[in-house]
Amino acid sequence: MMQPEQAVLAGVEETGISPAPESSPGKSGAPAVILQGLHKSFGNQIVLDGIDLTVKSGETLAMLGRSGTGKSVLLKLIIGLQQPDSGSICINEQEIVGLPIDAMNQLRKKMGFLFQHAALYDSLTVEQNIAFPLKRHTKMTENEQTTRVKELLAGVGMEAELKKMPSDLSGGMQKRVGLARALALEPGILLLDEPTAGLDPITSGEIDELILKLQEEHDMASIVVTHDLHSAKTIADRLALLHEGRVVIEGTFSELENSTDQFVSEFLKRDS
Amino acid sequence: MVTHNIRIHRHSIRPAVVQTTPPLPSALRSVGNLLNSFLEWFGELGLFVWQVMRAAVRRPFEGRELLRQLDELGSKSMPLIALAGAAIGAVLALETRSSLVRFGAKSMLPAAIVFSIIHETGPVVTGLVVSGRVGAGIGAELGSMKVTEQIDAIEASGVNPYKFLAFTRIVACILVLPLLTVAADFCGVMVGWISSTLVEPISFLKFINQGLAGTSFSDFLAPTFRTAVFGLIIGTIGCFQGMRTQGGTEGVGRSATSSVVLSSLLVILADVILVKLILVFFP
Repeated sequence: MMQPEQAVLAGVEETGISPAPESSPGKSGAPAVILQGLHKSFGNQIVLDGIDLTVKSGETLAMLGRSGTGKSVLLKLIIGLQQPDSGSICINEQEIVGLPIDAMNQLRKKMGFLFQHAALYDSLTVEQNIAFPLKRHTKMTENEQTTRVKELLAGVGMEAELKKMPSDLSGGMQKRVGLARALALEPGILLLDEPTAGLDPITSGEIDELILKLQEEHDMASIVVTHDLHSAKTIADRLALLHEGRVVIEGTFSELENSTDQFVSEFLKRDS
Repeated sequence: MVTHNIRIHRHSIRPAVVQTTPPLPSALRSVGNLLNSFLEWFGELGLFVWQVMRAAVRRPFEGRELLRQLDELGSKSMPLIALAGAAIGAVLALETRSSLVRFGAKSMLPAAIVFSIIHETGPVVTGLVVSGRVGAGIGAELGSMKVTEQIDAIEASGVNPYKFLAFTRIVACILVLPLLTVAADFCGVMVGWISSTLVEPISFLKFINQGLAGTSFSDFLAPTFRTAVFGLIIGTIGCFQGMRTQGGTEGVGRSATSSVVLSSLLVILADVILVKLILVFFP
């Protein structure tokens, strides 16, 4: 993912013109997610204190920050599981704050969400988990659903585990199935909440490769919440660092690396 | 200096005075907190019921999930209900016989058993047994789904959890309770007859004829269908307690326990009110 950016940076040296970070090929789509002045508190604790972010179609943004800085809350606000105290969230140019539940559910069909612990339905098999959104939102026949489920599972390298229960799968396998379920309706926006958390480095690498492959195949706008700086560097076009409810810095990995801000330097140093 | 000394003196007295009065504000505060949490719970319950009702009138109507819940909550409760009904029949036959013999009213035994079972014991025992089995089941299942973010995952996939999870379970409870009551009544009467006939043989036809003498269809209908209200209570409380679970596995345990305790208490309370209403409308 960083290769096009490196090419762009090389171009900078030659021409001396500073291009926008998102000017890499295929990353200049229309804004898919626009957050403006987003505030969220729980009791007296201010979690988000004026967040402004934009993610374009085909672009991947990694949200970094210390634990408890509201990264997961931000994803839940975007998919409407929680409501902000104030501010605006636009998904595909549609304001979702205060949107009626039916309209919100229509919009959710265009978004995929991978939960931190995969959140697979533990009373359903792997096949039924992935078929769940297909059964609810498509008019596919049983055979078509089965074919689609097999395709999705093959895409995440899990085609052999069709009839297994979630409890029979390892953490990494659950994440893969969760990812397949999130992609079932071919969403335009993918939200990933710590996709590599709790996984060993090899499995984390496999998940990163899988996300990269899926992004190339589906050209989605993705927001990835992660603590894993290596993963963020691998899969994201841009990174945003959250601290005390605000975005401290937003840009490419090299822009973050070159930052003179003490918190940014400390964060990158500690994480690397 | 004098003033200063007086002040010190006053300070030294105050604690003694304060020590005699603290129980009152502390007790008041406890009552206030209790009242506050009760009102909060009641308000949240009202909001939950409103969301379920609002979701219920919108498509899709989740027929397949409803059928699954009817099987899960109804068919699978049948053996336990049959056993409970049978136990009531046996106990009633044995206990009532000795009392009736004492008063020389032995011939009233079939009527006493049948009337008691279909009027009160069958419906109440069904309500309490179901609130134990189903209430705990719903509270624990939904509680577990809540803490593992499965309910969030359902919502994130564009499905209304109030309809898919809560409405289907509540409707299933409302529909299965009267049917389970009929099963409990049937088992109770059958085992009541078997117990009676073991002590003093009596034909089943005679037992039933004597048992149903002087009773009308409304004697059966009203008590049986009042269990639909028990079903509403059990389903609503189970779903509500489950879907507001917080605090991991401990929270799931708390939800399961509170579902059983609250639904059992409310079933008993509703029974008292409904018995009075039935007596008014079906004298």
